[in-house]
Amino acid sequence: MASIAVEQPGRTRLDGAFYGARRVGLVLLGLAAFWGLWEAYRWIGERAGITWPFKVDQTNMPHIHDMLSALTKPLQPGGPTLIHYEWHWALFTGKEALVGFALGGVIGFAIAVLLAHSRILRRGLLPYVVISQTIPILAVAPMVVVGLGQKGVKPWVAVSVIAAFLTFFPVAMNTLRGLLSPDPRSLELMRSYAADRRSVLWKLRLPASLPFVFSALKISATASVIGAIIGETPASIQDGLGGAIVNFNQYYSTGPERLWATNIVCAALGLVFFAAVLLAERLILRRAPEHVA
Amino acid sequence: MSDYPAVAIKGVSKQFKAGITALTGIDLEVQPREFSSLIGPSGCGKSTLLRIIGDLIEPSAGIVEVNGKPAHRARLDHDYGIVFQEAVLYDWRTVSKNIALPLELLRWSREKRAARVRELLGLVELEGFEDHHPWQLSGGMQQRVAIARALSFDPALLLMDEPFGALDEMTRERLNLELLRIWDASGSTIVFVTHSIPEAVFLSTRVVVMSARPGRIAGIVDIDLPQPRTGRTREEPRFFELVTEVRERLVAGGAELEGAA
Repeated sequence: MASIAVEQPGRTRLDGAFYGARRVGLVLLGLAAFWGLWEAYRWIGERAGITWPFKVDQTNMPHIHDMLSALTKPLQPGGPTLIHYEWHWALFTGKEALVGFALGGVIGFAIAVLLAHSRILRRGLLPYVVISQTIPILAVAPMVVVGLGQKGVKPWVAVSVIAAFLTFFPVAMNTLRGLLSPDPRSLELMRSYAADRRSVLWKLRLPASLPFVFSALKISATASVIGAIIGETPASIQDGLGGAIVNFNQYYSTGPERLWATNIVCAALGLVFFAAVLLAERLILRRAPEHVA
Repeated sequence: MSDYPAVAIKGVSKQFKAGITALTGIDLEVQPREFSSLIGPSGCGKSTLLRIIGDLIEPSAGIVEVNGKPAHRARLDHDYGIVFQEAVLYDWRTVSKNIALPLELLRWSREKRAARVRELLGLVELEGFEDHHPWQLSGGMQQRVAIARALSFDPALLLMDEPFGALDEMTRERLNLELLRIWDASGSTIVFVTHSIPEAVFLSTRVVVMSARPGRIAGIVDIDLPQPRTGRTREEPRFFELVTEVRERLVAGGAELEGAA
């Protein structure tokens, strides 16, 4: 018998730095390629007079350098630059999204644990969980904002609730799947130890569900940002990215690059959330690569 | 240890929902310190019988007593250590923590757990691997971790369901010898399911031959090979005689050797 079948990832620190640099390089390369394609299409489109699916001009496809330079220009003459505003909007929307993400995560997790416990509950409650997601968020948002507002809840908290509405679902579904994922043998093992339900949950079902939970959290991370941005619209909140998008929409024909710049900031905020979950996953899940979902 | 047989099975039968009779009219006694093997063709219900002994499934009729207690009581009293064909280790736990799992459930203190795990790592010869994860181990090593885990709380009865079935011949013969050494050192009673005749003869003090459709006991062969068994045991004429006897019992029970579906 090969008595030692141990594979240690034999990466040195230098290798790590190399792989890190290579990854960053690839990301930058991807961005550069995107930039190049955008500008090439713009250049060809204007000269060839492309009108389908849309007319190629400065309104529909602003230069990317114009979007970026819009960030450095003052929003109003003599006032702070756009990036200054974007930073504060992003912090505000980020706060809403973070609270919504946490709220949705906890609620989704709790629902999953509850549903994992009994088949009857699954049969009875699961349809309503699913139905909750078939309702357009824009239809729910005003109810939440007005309803909670009457109770004296701050508008931004209502927006977090809307974000939570989008985030709890993937967490609930995936966690449920994860909690039910242990194979019959693993459960029989617990049975042979006469383990009670709580022990089975803590020692088997929860650890087994973690890769599923993190898959869900990655989806929820970006969904919570979207939820917060959309939630600001009916709440008429002006302090966040959602409010800014509504504003810049109205002035699109005169300054499209501002809306595009805001879109870039929104994307960046979503990426920050995603990266945070990825980092947490790396730190918490240490197991065979093929088991990381 | 006690005046009761380690396992007493009386009139056990098992029908599954689909109307399939897996076992019928099983009577069997296993004495303390015995090493009994259940052998038979696929579908003879040997794994089902093992699961009934371990109270993992319930018989449709009949009684199972372990150390004079109903099987259910015995399970709640932690009388069983079970080893399956697959090691069934928890991926997120290290070797040490996998072995300590039953001890955590029994609420042993951290120090007691650590001491016991060290002892067991020695017993199954896995010192130096305590912090490895299951996926870093070979199949044979994983199965040794599973055995250590099953032994951790010193169960009176070790139930093993084709524990070496998925391993190559060399590893299997080595682990056979190790298992006998562990059996001798731990003083437990073992009920062992296998479909390998030489393995059953080599390990056991008694081989229970089963036949299929419906599953029942076709005969019992006492293995009078001297203890302790060694690598040489497999070369003794008596070993081959006993292998032949078990094979004939299997054939008499209706097993189609090599072709059992």
